[in-house]
Amino acid sequence: MSAASTWTIGSVRDALLAKKTSARELAKDFYVQIERRNPELNAFLALCPERAYPQADRVDAAIAKGQPLPPLAGVPVAIKDVISTQSVRTTCGSRILENYTPPYDATAIERLEKAGAVVLGKTNCDEFAMGSSNENSAYGPVRNPAALDRVPGGSSGGSAAAVAAGLAVVSLGTDTGGSIRQPGAYCGIPALMPTYGRVSRYGLIAFASSLDRIGPFATNIADAASVMSVIAGYDSNDSTSAAVAVPDYLAEIEKPVTSLRIGVPEDYFGAGLDPEVKTKVQAGISLLEKLGCKRVPLKMPHTDYAIATYYIVATAEASSNLARYDGVRYGLRVQGNTLMDMYRKTRERGFGPEVKRRIMLGTYALSSGYYDAYYVRAQKVRSLIARDFSSAFEKVDAIVTPTAPSPAFKLGEKTADPLEMYLADIYTVTGSLAGVPGISVPCGKTAAGLPIGMQIFASHFGESRILQLARAFEKAGGFSI
Amino acid sequence: MKISREDVLRVAQLAHLELAPEEVETYRGQLDEILSYIGKLQELDVSSVEPMTQMRPQNADGSRQPVRGDGSPGSAVAAGAEPELRDDVVVPCNVADAVLAEAPDAAKPFFRVPKVIER
Repeated sequence: MSAASTWTIGSVRDALLAKKTSARELAKDFYVQIERRNPELNAFLALCPERAYPQADRVDAAIAKGQPLPPLAGVPVAIKDVISTQSVRTTCGSRILENYTPPYDATAIERLEKAGAVVLGKTNCDEFAMGSSNENSAYGPVRNPAALDRVPGGSSGGSAAAVAAGLAVVSLGTDTGGSIRQPGAYCGIPALMPTYGRVSRYGLIAFASSLDRIGPFATNIADAASVMSVIAGYDSNDSTSAAVAVPDYLAEIEKPVTSLRIGVPEDYFGAGLDPEVKTKVQAGISLLEKLGCKRVPLKMPHTDYAIATYYIVATAEASSNLARYDGVRYGLRVQGNTLMDMYRKTRERGFGPEVKRRIMLGTYALSSGYYDAYYVRAQKVRSLIARDFSSAFEKVDAIVTPTAPSPAFKLGEKTADPLEMYLADIYTVTGSLAGVPGISVPCGKTAAGLPIGMQIFASHFGESRILQLARAFEKAGGFSI
Repeated sequence: MKISREDVLRVAQLAHLELAPEEVETYRGQLDEILSYIGKLQELDVSSVEPMTQMRPQNADGSRQPVRGDGSPGSAVAAGAEPELRDDVVVPCNVADAVLAEAPDAAKPFFRVPKVIER
């Protein structure tokens, strides 16, 4: 681990106030580390010192004048490359946006910078956030800092790897079917998918609009809570953002978890779950019981249908959202003799194989004659999956499961079989379809030293509950159980 | 086999994708495998289930519920949880230059494309 990896939001603040370092020096230290580690990790696609240093200077000027510091003052952050950053190249991991620089900032970026955060650069991801291993990036795979021959998970692999390797204090990822939680589990760090509508998506380049969410990676629960307090809340530029009051998550996390009811669905512990993952997650649940939580066995009978449902709903929405890449207004254009010819050539050259596969699957599911059999049926099963959650939350305060069925797999291990890759999201897509929040927290390692993740769901807008449990688990040593 | 070569070509045309000849069979096989797996959705009786068309929380019986304040069961309802509509007021939006700057071929105030209308 590099020296930079010891920084937290709290320690950055203390060091700045004690004048042990400046925001500019800190940013410079992180860029030095990135330069050293990124060639092997490939976590960053673009760095933006031209943006980071002026922001750091503003923080240093505020400190010099003795002004009160905003909550993330001087904190170096990394941003998944599907989130728009004004004048900073934003590629979505795709050739089709290779030279695209957005004319505006996403709301989440605006809020981070207003809170004093220093954006270091943009992180690698699966193309248009479609993938579970980061191997679908047009700019090469990311490697897992915990084991360089293994994937970091996906699609937010770069954001997870950057924080796990100490190349950013916190980062933003996006989660559509598991793309924050699964890489969090594979890289061994906390990773939070907020409730649908909790964080504005203005400026998030869309994959599947009824599923996409922005959320943080951090090395500890307090930092995840601090970032959530900054990025959450209603935004008039995103009509899907919820007008629900934002708690001070950092103040909430130390509340006691005694007598909370923890639902453990047997459907998440069946065939296909790696035995080492199973043992550790069960030990994690026992630890929560020792902390005073009550374990409640649950049945969530539609869990087994979640992947099939997800790959209809998500691809249908993707085929519609990605229709905008036609070579007319932005991104790649490949010349053609006719307009149609230009569209086809541009999309053929610009999109990678997984994106094409999903566009075709989604187009098929929405096409005349198949719409009812696939899309409408999937949306009905989605209702059943959401009901599994709402029934469960009548009996329990949170649901605890493994995050992923196995630890990080080797690069290239699953690329030949798309369906097998999809099954890496088997425990995360359920919560995505239901709209509830979920976190992955580190829960020990395999004998070979690979991180294991434990997932905690709560009901809609229950981020405080999730963070309380995660914090209690962290404090009791659960991360290295 | 659920998917034929012709299906793949038809879908590619609908999606404005041009596939290389060797890609057609690859995608056919993969889409076939994925759709066979997705076929398990047919096992469920969904005749009395409404499709999920919006993301607001729902009750165990499928009815919609207001959003809870702190996420705990039975906790107070948060005010204003309904999606909000903003006031319909005109605000200046001078982004044309910035937007056109990203276009592969622009002649202000237009995006240029191959000829689409024959005289």
